[in-house]
Amino acid sequence: MRGRAHPQPCHRLTDAMFAPLSRRRRVLPGFGLTLGCTLVYLSLLILLPLSGLAVKASQLSFAELWEVASGERAWASYRITFGAAFLAATINACFGLIVAWVLVRYPFPGRRAIDALVDLPFALPTAVAGITLATLYAGNGWIGRHLEPLGVKIAFTPLGIVVALTFISLPFVVRTLQPVIEDIEPEVEEAAASLGASRWQTFLRVLLPGIFPALLTGFTLAFSRAIGEYGSVIFIAGNMPLISEITPLLIISKLEQYDVVGATALAMVMLSISFVMLLAVNALQWWAANRHRPGAAGSGR
Amino acid sequence: MPMLQKFILFVAGVAAAWFAVGAQADGNGLLNVSYDVARDFYKDYNPLFQKHWQATAGQKVEIRQSHAGSSKQVRAVADGLDADVVTMNQASDVDFLAEKGLVARDYARRFPNNASPYTSTMVLIVRKGNPKALKDWNDLIKPGVQVILPHPKNTGNGRYSYLAAWGYALRQPGGNERSAQEFVGRLLKNAPLFAAGGRDATTTFMQRRIGDVLLSFESEAELIAREFGKGEFEIVYPSLSILTEFPVAIVDKVVDKKGTRKLAQAYLDYLWSPAGQENAAENYLRPRDAALLKKYASQFPPIRTFTVDEVFGGWSKAFPTHFKDGGTFDQLYQLK
Repeated sequence: MRGRAHPQPCHRLTDAMFAPLSRRRRVLPGFGLTLGCTLVYLSLLILLPLSGLAVKASQLSFAELWEVASGERAWASYRITFGAAFLAATINACFGLIVAWVLVRYPFPGRRAIDALVDLPFALPTAVAGITLATLYAGNGWIGRHLEPLGVKIAFTPLGIVVALTFISLPFVVRTLQPVIEDIEPEVEEAAASLGASRWQTFLRVLLPGIFPALLTGFTLAFSRAIGEYGSVIFIAGNMPLISEITPLLIISKLEQYDVVGATALAMVMLSISFVMLLAVNALQWWAANRHRPGAAGSGR
Repeated sequence: MPMLQKFILFVAGVAAAWFAVGAQADGNGLLNVSYDVARDFYKDYNPLFQKHWQATAGQKVEIRQSHAGSSKQVRAVADGLDADVVTMNQASDVDFLAEKGLVARDYARRFPNNASPYTSTMVLIVRKGNPKALKDWNDLIKPGVQVILPHPKNTGNGRYSYLAAWGYALRQPGGNERSAQEFVGRLLKNAPLFAAGGRDATTTFMQRRIGDVLLSFESEAELIAREFGKGEFEIVYPSLSILTEFPVAIVDKVVDKKGTRKLAQAYLDYLWSPAGQENAAENYLRPRDAALLKKYASQFPPIRTFTVDEVFGGWSKAFPTHFKDGGTFDQLYQLK
């Protein structure tokens, strides 16, 4: 299955890195050209800007960097940014799984339309999303109107941030899961049922192990997208210091003061935290993929 | 495969067309880099100047506009955007360019009136009938009053609102820096949120019906009327407010390189001409021309104002004192 073929190309790549390229002739053509292309492309698009960031931030000594990154407001903003992003990614992992499952498994009228709808958050300018959500969830909005009597305020509170982040990161989970779910044949479920598994057991023991690595990938993508989001959040957050100020807003605030170095310092801190978290999720994914492989392969084939 | 070939051809075609259009737009002319809400003003002003330049110099001139948040714009100019002139809404932005050596240090004296062809002021916009009877700044710190304003640290309008309240408190009997900070602190406690920008604050107040009073430029009030109807709100002129200036400057480095100094000078000079001044008044910005101000008196009721220079010693002092990290705004939000 597609999801599990991952480790192999990696081995091939590491082999290639240690063995002289000229000595081995590959069966698949075009390796040198495409690898060169990949390296140049990634360097231009990702490594170059990132190293620029690092160089700019390195103008600060470690003590200064620490001062910029460890203020009360900064800590509060990390808590809000990472907390809201985590919540949003978790919500999307649950509901995105359901959406993907429904879209793949059940044919029904309007399925294609709904399928296309999932991509809208990708296409919509985030500021538009933020303004629309703020209007919907404000005290007199279509949704906020019904929540306010219950004492629930969403727009202009930290909850609003979660709503905005959930909106913009939904497609990542759904689009990651769809191909993997497509690969699971319905016969697998039938077999599980005929062997006496309950529905819940079928889901937990048979389906979930196969889906889990992709679910984690989707979660990670959604999470990292949500951490960096600025455009939609500032319109619904309320932006109160210590309460609903996200880290990207603090970065903008530094730029407003023409403090580019301070802004890059904050950005580096965010990037480092994200990197460590992504690494941790990748490790978890690797562990999950390996742990479940024998069981899943046994029941799947 | 023919399908794929067609697709590649299509993409290549689109790209070629894109570059062709881009190259065409890059003609010779003037680039005016400006702040966000000046769009309407310069949309009307540029044709006026083009006609004037055609009549006096006999040349057709193309004028390109760029509008966005002012500090973003200024940073772009510092990074190499070829702006011949900058027209901003806060001196601190032009100061930044002067520091970088792109604009003359004494830019404010190169044109009359502190290089600001028109002004505006901060007013209080309240709901129809003024149900909470808000008359002046000191009504805004009463408990139970909700004040809507853009982020005081990160936006131009927000900073002007902040300084307006500060200056008012300072000028009250017995007022000093400490009482002013306390006053502003109480005012900000009444803010349920900080809007992302001026227009966002307006939407929050008018459409989402949050808050009792909106702090805004006088020039924005007319726009609100056009959008939401005149009967929906009232403008309250406080007893004292801040005079907001909109400095313009020639970007020396760029005009010397492009050889457009004469044109740029004429373009900015013309802002002070009768036609330019009248255009300001028509866009609800207070003209410097006293006679015109009188002509549009119904639109611009007299109001007592102070400038940033008078009360704060200029933006070069006001900005670090109040809006830099650790400034008076940040001090209001420190955990004790």
